[in-house]
Amino acid sequence: MTSVGSKPKLAVWKFASCDGCQLTFLDCEDELLAMAEGMEIAYFPEATSAEVEGPYDVSLVEGSITTAHDAERIHEIREQSRLLVTIGACATSGGIQALRNVADVREWIPLVYATPGFISTLETSTPIADHVQVDLELRGCPISKSQLVETVSALLNARRPRIPTTSVCVECKARGTPCVAVAEGTPCLGPVTQSGCGAICPAYGRGCYGCFGPMESPNMAALARQWRELGVENADLVRALRTFNANAPAFRDASAELTR
Amino acid sequence: MDPETRMLPGEVRVFDPAGLERLVEALVEAGYRVLGPTVRDGAIVLDEIASAGELPHGWTAEQDAARYRLRRRDDDAMFGWAVGPHSWKQHFLPARARLWRAAAPAGQGPPTIEEEPPPERPLALLAARPCDLHAIAIQDRVLLEGRYVERDYALRRRDAFVVVVNCGVPGGSCFCASMGTGPRAERGYDLALTEVLDGGHRFVVEVGSARGAELLAAVGTSPAREEDLAAAHAVTDEAVFRMGRSLDTAGLPELLAANLEHPRFAEVAERCLTCGNCTAVCPTCFCTSVEDVNDLADGSAERWRVWDTCFSIDYSTIHGGSVRRSSRARYRQWLTHKFGTWVDQFGTSGCVGCGRCITWCPVGIDVTEELAAIRARDGEVDRALAR
Ligand code: SF4
Ligand code: SF4
Ligand code: SF4
Ligand code: SF4
Repeated sequence: MTSVGSKPKLAVWKFASCDGCQLTFLDCEDELLAMAEGMEIAYFPEATSAEVEGPYDVSLVEGSITTAHDAERIHEIREQSRLLVTIGACATSGGIQALRNVADVREWIPLVYATPGFISTLETSTPIADHVQVDLELRGCPISKSQLVETVSALLNARRPRIPTTSVCVECKARGTPCVAVAEGTPCLGPVTQSGCGAICPAYGRGCYGCFGPMESPNMAALARQWRELGVENADLVRALRTFNANAPAFRDASAELTR
Repeated sequence: MDPETRMLPGEVRVFDPAGLERLVEALVEAGYRVLGPTVRDGAIVLDEIASAGELPHGWTAEQDAARYRLRRRDDDAMFGWAVGPHSWKQHFLPARARLWRAAAPAGQGPPTIEEEPPPERPLALLAARPCDLHAIAIQDRVLLEGRYVERDYALRRRDAFVVVVNCGVPGGSCFCASMGTGPRAERGYDLALTEVLDGGHRFVVEVGSARGAELLAAVGTSPAREEDLAAAHAVTDEAVFRMGRSLDTAGLPELLAANLEHPRFAEVAERCLTCGNCTAVCPTCFCTSVEDVNDLADGSAERWRVWDTCFSIDYSTIHGGSVRRSSRARYRQWLTHKFGTWVDQFGTSGCVGCGRCITWCPVGIDVTEELAAIRARDGEVDRALAR
């Protein structure tokens, strides 16, 4: 993937988000130097003030589209990028701010901002893939450090990154954690959620919160039946689905169905 | 020579609960890494143990489809429970294992490949169950006795010391009696214990190998009397009638081959989460995939083997996409492999009746129930389609 004779150029872009995923990048202490050696970090305002003009070999995009200006800016970035990788729940599904998609954002603005008049925002929060073509998605709130390092090292070595789309249960079992749903009756979104986090929550005795969004073949109706059998009200399942990835199609449709 | 060191395979002895402590000590002293049952995170799991004090003393677990609950027993039994979420596969064929490392230091010639070294200590399994031994024998057939030997499996497996504990308290999901794999072990062990509570808490032990006899000499045992033998047999004889589940195994490979379009497969797909928990807990499922990782800093690379599952889309992806996109096709692969095509491939069933897939399926899908439902409407749809 290297441009002949020079290092690949990487850019990191921010849209509506909390910066947590970009921080994961800076958190890669051991690998950060090697990454910086293998690539030219051309645009990364969170980490450096230096700026290099496009085009870029890889763009990592954090955040969702919530303003008309951003809806245009993402097209410019796409044009400047050979590969575009979205990072995190905001970029891949619309994030927590996609809760506005099932509410009236105009009602919320005066509750949050002292001078609502200054706020210019869209009525929805949408993932990057709704606007431009995306080459790879890294899920999670925030993304997993090891998946980020895997992606960068795969791209630098011209191989396909290994980002499984199976359930969290696969990682939970690999880790040897007894299932919290079966052994404790604790509701868990693991069976419908994509792996990648290392099944952290069940390892600490909690159910999965679904921060990696839907897995490859989520059976939402079966999960809803299981949660009901564990004594969970539909409203509480809807709340669980409308957390990090409320606008991810499988979660969005299931929560709409359950509130009907 | 102490008369005990002359014990022979086939001999039966007895020891008391303190003998169990000495048994664990003897294994540790003999240089084994002792793996055994212990209570952790609400379940009886298989982990390294340093002493008999870590065993699930006085614990049991209630089991049913999608349900497992630890409970206190009203006695001092050590082994009054049936298999939990872990199986010995975790230790012989770990979920993630490095196979080799390759390094290519700049200017130092061709890359070098370094295979993963053998484990420092051989493994000792304490309280494997009879069905577990059958599962290990099945994995041996696949990973050791075929044309290609899985090197790291062989390294962990070959010198492993096996203490089996016959079952007195089958679980609500167990059906080993139907599969002919329990509740009493017949072979494949160094020592076979039966825990007897009636007439004094004791362990009746059958010697299965010369090294089993040697280890037992360090424990301190007395010869088994008639009543010890009778009590030990009564434990497993009664367990046969306390299996939570049963399965009609007659002609299963033929039944499944004749019912590939059975409506039950579409029906179970409505309930199945395709989460892969069943294949992960199954002690015989052996499917793995390999991952290559490279170190950005020093240019070295590693090959890792990781568990895979036929419930993933990637598993059946070939040129042009996955051949099992539907949940129906994926569930059918699992059920027909375990109970049908496994026999063609390896000469035995792929199921030992341990019930783990039933207990640990989050929605309680039960292989015995699915097979019974298929048998109940044997061939209707496939015959109609063939016409
Ligand atoms: S605890 Fe959750 S993620 Fe783990 S196996 Fe159970 S349902 Fe799956
Ligand atoms: S198929 Fe189920 S019952 Fe049979 S060996 Fe596997 S986990 Fe145990
Ligand atoms: S049932 Fe599936 S995971 Fe298990 S051995 Fe067969 S193909 Fe592999
Ligand atoms: S049968 Fe149960 S454990 Fe297996 S994939 Fe389906 S839902 Fe998961």
